[in-house]
Amino acid sequence: MENLTDDIQFKNRTEVIVVGGGPAGVACAITLARAGKEVVLIERGSFSGAKNMFGGAIYTDATREIFPDFEENAPIERRNVKHDYVVLNNEDSTTISYRNKPAECVSYTVMRGKFDRWAVEEAKKAGVIVIEETVVEDLIIDYGQVTGVKTEVEDYYADIVVLADGVNSLLAKKAGLRENLSGHDVALSVKEVIKLDSRTINDRFNLKDDEGSISTIFGGAMCGMLGLGFMYTNKDSISIGLGITLSDLAKSGLKPYEILDKVKTHPTIAPLIKDGETVEYSAHLIPEGGYKKIPTLYAAGVMVTGDAAMFVNNLHWEGTNLAMISGKLAGETAILALGKKDFSEHCLKIYQEKLEKSFIMKDLYTYRNLMDELSKRKDSFLNYYLIKVNAFFAMFTSANGKPKRELFRKYIKHFITDRSFTEIFKDIWCVIKLLWSILIK
Amino acid sequence: MKNKTLEEKLYTLKFKPDIYSHLKANQEFCKNCESKVCTTICPANVYDWLDAEQKLVINYENCLECGACRIACPHSAIEWRYPKGTCGVTFKKS
Ligand SMILES: Cc1cc2nc3c(=O)[nH]c(=O)nc-3n(C[C@H](O)[C@H](O)[C@H](O)COP(=O)(O)OP(=O)(O)OC[C@H]3O[C@@H](n4cnc5c(N)ncnc54)[C@H](O)[C@@H]3O)c2cc1C
Ligand code: SF4
Ligand code: SF4
Repeated sequence: MENLTDDIQFKNRTEVIVVGGGPAGVACAITLARAGKEVVLIERGSFSGAKNMFGGAIYTDATREIFPDFEENAPIERRNVKHDYVVLNNEDSTTISYRNKPAECVSYTVMRGKFDRWAVEEAKKAGVIVIEETVVEDLIIDYGQVTGVKTEVEDYYADIVVLADGVNSLLAKKAGLRENLSGHDVALSVKEVIKLDSRTINDRFNLKDDEGSISTIFGGAMCGMLGLGFMYTNKDSISIGLGITLSDLAKSGLKPYEILDKVKTHPTIAPLIKDGETVEYSAHLIPEGGYKKIPTLYAAGVMVTGDAAMFVNNLHWEGTNLAMISGKLAGETAILALGKKDFSEHCLKIYQEKLEKSFIMKDLYTYRNLMDELSKRKDSFLNYYLIKVNAFFAMFTSANGKPKRELFRKYIKHFITDRSFTEIFKDIWCVIKLLWSILIK
Repeated sequence: MKNKTLEEKLYTLKFKPDIYSHLKANQEFCKNCESKVCTTICPANVYDWLDAEQKLVINYENCLECGACRIACPHSAIEWRYPKGTCGVTFKKS
């Protein structure tokens, strides 16, 4: 601890406190430390990543912005080259598979227990003071301005506090920056890491060397619920999991891990994980509220970043990139504020302005209606049409002696008559509305 | 592959339980709670409803700290906090 300044050591005072050592917190802290600012990062886990779980893949562009050399130094599992979209029915399935151009690499799979830990070590090297195994219990607020944090052990003071405490952000709630979350605003995710040797993984997923594959899974045991499954290849394991909107899961009365067990035994999935052994089980919430549920992002002496700010783009499984970039923008704002010695709400508004210019707010705005609309029409889009997709291919690939015209006509007839015209009309209207809000306004 | 039971799944994790529970439920609400949704939604089966004793048992030692029960409980009956910094679950490969 010899490199601590007198202020930190004797008065528990620093320039910036960052709560949470996930991607948002580390990106923020490292941005500040590189600019020569004094920053303390507080993480509740015994190391960063100990409490964190994701699919998952980190995105090359955003990660490079924070860690320019991460491709050489970070603990990476695989370089993703393939993305499969798998639509499950009871027993059959349809898959669309996209393979990148060989030179492109959009994302890498990592394990948070290793990656977050590495990232925090990088932050330490840049000069960030990291306090681990410490829960921040509350914020210290003086005359409407956040001036520090209360931990289980002691209080710490700072000019600015950045909240990067993840989806549950009890602190944003305590600071009055956000409302209580409801079951529509989050999805519950469970995941298993299944050990398999790398050769077997490469054979089963059609990969070579360190190439990796991502699968997004629709339907099956999740049919009719607002939920998605995922599968990622690691070096010598496969991560498989799912996320289901909490309110849907609650209504179903089903246990989340039993739904995952069912997905794992589907005839399309089971051969991929055959003879593997589950070596870790985990659970985590995913923010789903999107644009409409973004909390107040700043107030005097405080900014909110990453999952705590609902910065997740669900459809694309993007979260770490939004977390890293929002953390960086909060860091840049703090640097400006420290320069001016102005920590007022008015000055920290720069953070919101920076966010609005970035892809974060733009993408969240683009998808602002997606979850609501999908939720309203989930019986159509996450049940009926998924079944019809598989029924189409079952018909199209059959060679059963029945004339093709008859088969086509029968399929079309069922497509129309299995569903009332009003429902079909509502679905079409929903698609038009969604496309309009995504593409035009 | 054979699916592991939940107990076996939880066994893959490292837990360091606190001596006190970080989860508390206001049992008055639980008695009149129809759904008892905490008992189905929890990914670690932390909550058990004992009908005979009209009591909710909380096996907090298995908690994965996800926060689902806090949001799902229709009566906001759960007083939810993180375990102490040195305690709770550790994920290594997730
Ligand atoms: C199942 C699942 C799959 C996902 N897949 C992907 C994916 O493939 N790609 C992707 O980019 N994103 C994915 N995401 C989203 C991504 O994980 C998050 O968006 C991202 O981790 C958010 O980063 P963060 O730093 O804001 O929060 P977190 O990563 O949650 O970090 C918050 C940190 O704060 C700490 N903390 C919390 N409260 C306190 C406190 N009071 N005191 C001290 N410390 C505290 C926590 O221990 C934690 O380390 C996925 C999420 C889930 C759940
Ligand atoms: S859901 Fe809430 S009120 Fe109902 S039994 Fe569980 S904790 Fe009690
Ligand atoms: S936080 Fe998650 S794991 Fe812990 S008791 Fe609640 S639902 Fe169960």
